[in-house]
Amino acid sequence: MATYNLKINGKTRQVNADPSTPVLWVLRDHLDLQGTKYGCGMAQCGACTVHLDGSPVRSCSLLISAVGKAPITTIEGLSEKGDHPVQKAWLEHDVAQCGYCQSGQIMSAAALLKTNTKPTDADIDAYMSGNICRCGTYLRIKEAIKSAAQQ
Amino acid sequence: MEKYNRRSFLKSSTLASGGLLLSFGWLAKAQAAEKVETLDQWNQLTGYIQITPDGMIKILCPNPEFGQNVMTSLPMIVAEELDADWKNVVVEMSTHDNVKYGPQFTGGSNSVRMYWKPLRTAGAAARQMLSEAAAQTWGVPVGEITTKAGVLSHSSGKTAKYGEMATKAATIAVPKDVKLKAPKDFSIVSHSKKNAEGLKVVTGKPLFGMDYRVDGMLIAMIQHPPAFGMKLKSFDATAAKKMPGIKDIFSFKLYDDGFVQEGFDTRTFNEMIAVVGKTTWEVMNARKNLKVIWEPITDTKEIINVFRGGKTEVTVPGGLESTETQLAKMKEMAKLPAKELRKDGDPEAAFKNAATIIERTYNAPFLAHNCMEPMNFFAHVQDDKALIAGPLQAPGWMEPTLAKVLNLPADKIEIQMTRMGGGFGRRAYAQYAHEAARISQKLKAPIKLIYSREDDMTYGIYRPMYTATYRAALDANKNLIGFHVTGGGIPENPVHANRFPAGAVDNYLAESWEIPSNITIGAFRAPRSNFNAAAEQSFLDEVAEAMGKDAIELRLDLLKRAKENPVGKNNEYDAGRYIGVLELLKEKSGWGKPENAGKKRGVAAYFCHASYAGHVVDMVMRDGQPYVETVTSAVDCGVIINPDAARNMVEGAVVDGIGQSFYGALTHKDGAAEQSNFHNYRMIRHGEAPKKIDVHFVQNEIDPTGLGEPPFPPVFGAVANALFKTTGKRYYNQPFTTEQPKS
Repeated sequence: MATYNLKINGKTRQVNADPSTPVLWVLRDHLDLQGTKYGCGMAQCGACTVHLDGSPVRSCSLLISAVGKAPITTIEGLSEKGDHPVQKAWLEHDVAQCGYCQSGQIMSAAALLKTNTKPTDADIDAYMSGNICRCGTYLRIKEAIKSAAQQ
Repeated sequence: MEKYNRRSFLKSSTLASGGLLLSFGWLAKAQAAEKVETLDQWNQLTGYIQITPDGMIKILCPNPEFGQNVMTSLPMIVAEELDADWKNVVVEMSTHDNVKYGPQFTGGSNSVRMYWKPLRTAGAAARQMLSEAAAQTWGVPVGEITTKAGVLSHSSGKTAKYGEMATKAATIAVPKDVKLKAPKDFSIVSHSKKNAEGLKVVTGKPLFGMDYRVDGMLIAMIQHPPAFGMKLKSFDATAAKKMPGIKDIFSFKLYDDGFVQEGFDTRTFNEMIAVVGKTTWEVMNARKNLKVIWEPITDTKEIINVFRGGKTEVTVPGGLESTETQLAKMKEMAKLPAKELRKDGDPEAAFKNAATIIERTYNAPFLAHNCMEPMNFFAHVQDDKALIAGPLQAPGWMEPTLAKVLNLPADKIEIQMTRMGGGFGRRAYAQYAHEAARISQKLKAPIKLIYSREDDMTYGIYRPMYTATYRAALDANKNLIGFHVTGGGIPENPVHANRFPAGAVDNYLAESWEIPSNITIGAFRAPRSNFNAAAEQSFLDEVAEAMGKDAIELRLDLLKRAKENPVGKNNEYDAGRYIGVLELLKEKSGWGKPENAGKKRGVAAYFCHASYAGHVVDMVMRDGQPYVETVTSAVDCGVIINPDAARNMVEGAVVDGIGQSFYGALTHKDGAAEQSNFHNYRMIRHGEAPKKIDVHFVQNEIDPTGLGEPPFPPVFGAVANALFKTTGKRYYNQPFTTEQPKS
């Protein structure tokens, strides 16, 4: 067990956990931030995507001991009221079916638009390929990303 | 259609704070409703519709939500007949109570179908009561009152919002007869509305079972045998128990010996080890330190109360099965005489006299559901009651078993339905809820059972492994004179003997066989249909080719025969609706048009869950791989409740179908699943989805039929047929990407 001071969604949170604990379970079990989802535990599905220092990472495979001082943003911290352009675009296109993968999809999409303000279809396919949607909402996700890019 | 007595179907009462509460007691049919006779009792019902004096309308969604959008579509049906202002409607998931809310079952593409009439009736009754309240208040005939968007109006210029009349409406007798709207007058139904939980989804609110937690809750995981056909012999948890955060480790039995299973109680592994601790990561780590000895099972007898059947003794065979040996066994079995399911005319003579016989065999593997939210469940079992919560497609089917497992009366078990991160049939078999209940009861503590992805994928309850051999007899003039299908499966056969082309061919034979297995199976987005649509619709393509006919024309010719002069009496489908879908598909895809001559197109259409769906798939080769670039879809599911959400459902079914047919496979080696996570179970990803899916619905006023499943099966067949056009080779074995096709 060790003590960590994590910067999460703009606040410093103190966590006592084993250094091998993935950030996913720190968020979910220690900090009650349930928006970041468990899907596979091996960085294959993207449901657990968060931003570490602004870049998308799979929190299931990021150890708490590797975070250091880098700030973490989760879906709960992406916007105050769900009004981030990506979230708004998701609502406009009514993307979700079951919705379980969508916080990971949204975090990946928000990261994409930070580095590429006008992504092509191929850019979106490549960047989002790590996020599985079992319901098959990929076409709407793509449309929503393009809408958000115009904001 | 359920019959009900309207007097016991609806009851009005006044909300504590004023306003109208319109309650239902329609299911558990009359028997439950008749038990409730006094107003006091009715007041205990929480009802579907609540209208508060400030004009807010709360509509409860009775059915569990797993992405089919019932939390939006079912309340839309109420709001339509109520003439509510959708902006003022709040939607909430109801609690679980089959007496109050009906079957509360999500599966079989049934949600809208089974609630369509009851919800319309309730909405219309409430609207009439509000109108009556206004008429009495204003001293005018009720016939002169009109309603629109939550406002009552009279020609004299008087208006009132629903909220203003709600308290008075609660004193009005429930009308004996209600008049339902004509579909042409709908202003909410058939007009797209956004997902009622959309904002919660995009902001990461804790909607799912996986997110459920209470203070003091422990995390539990199970260790199940590493292979089908294995069971627990002994284990040593000494080291694991000493690990940080661990509260307890013990073995437990899912069901007691001699337990009579209900139809959806699946006993894949009956004895497992539970590891319970403070946090998920600690439990996962401790589980790795268990020392377990497993041993093979022998043949085991189970007593199952078969769904809609009766008590049956079933022998689950011992042995460690492998895909290779299963395939060989199926080949052997296919040579033996099979069970006749349907016979029309004289198929033997037709094949004997045939000028040409076409015979093809199709195979498909087990499929894992791979819901994005792995199986999980919360349980807090106390001495005299239990609270359980989590993802369930059919809570009402799980409740009797829970009561038996826990030895508690069913009415002492509160079930909360969480939003499901996908279901696809898997969550109709909620043995994980029973496991959670067992673990909580033993520990006398609130626990949440979590399956790892690996637990989830290797636990069974798969789409069965299927095969079918189709034969067609053509006469010298290339007329189809005989049709023969023999389908087999492990452990269930896929044949729908009374579906197309039954009814369209004079000489027809359908047969089946089954091979028992210790690998458990279950529903999977129309499991038999999705296999049949692949096999039958590919086969018809080859038959059309041999007959020198266009693929759609052959289907239309056969369907016209089935419509005008059907063979046999038990044909399940409506040939007219089937034709309608094909005609729409032909038109919208520009089938046979010169501008599409260069396209590599495959077509398929299928009937299931009372609906009709077809697709035209346009395929290209991309980086040496077949890629479905665009899809045109046509569906007849009757009245569409929420068009944009319905399109979303069809798009998803298309993507799912392409993914499953290209990549889906769960194989076994010595009883062990060979795939355990997404690194070796390939799922369709962003870049593999089509660029465009163009969805069209047949416009009609038929009461809604299914939509969750129907568009999925024909994708498989359309993909197979497009593969032939793209590669020049026929694909008979799923998944198509791993098949080495024969030229």
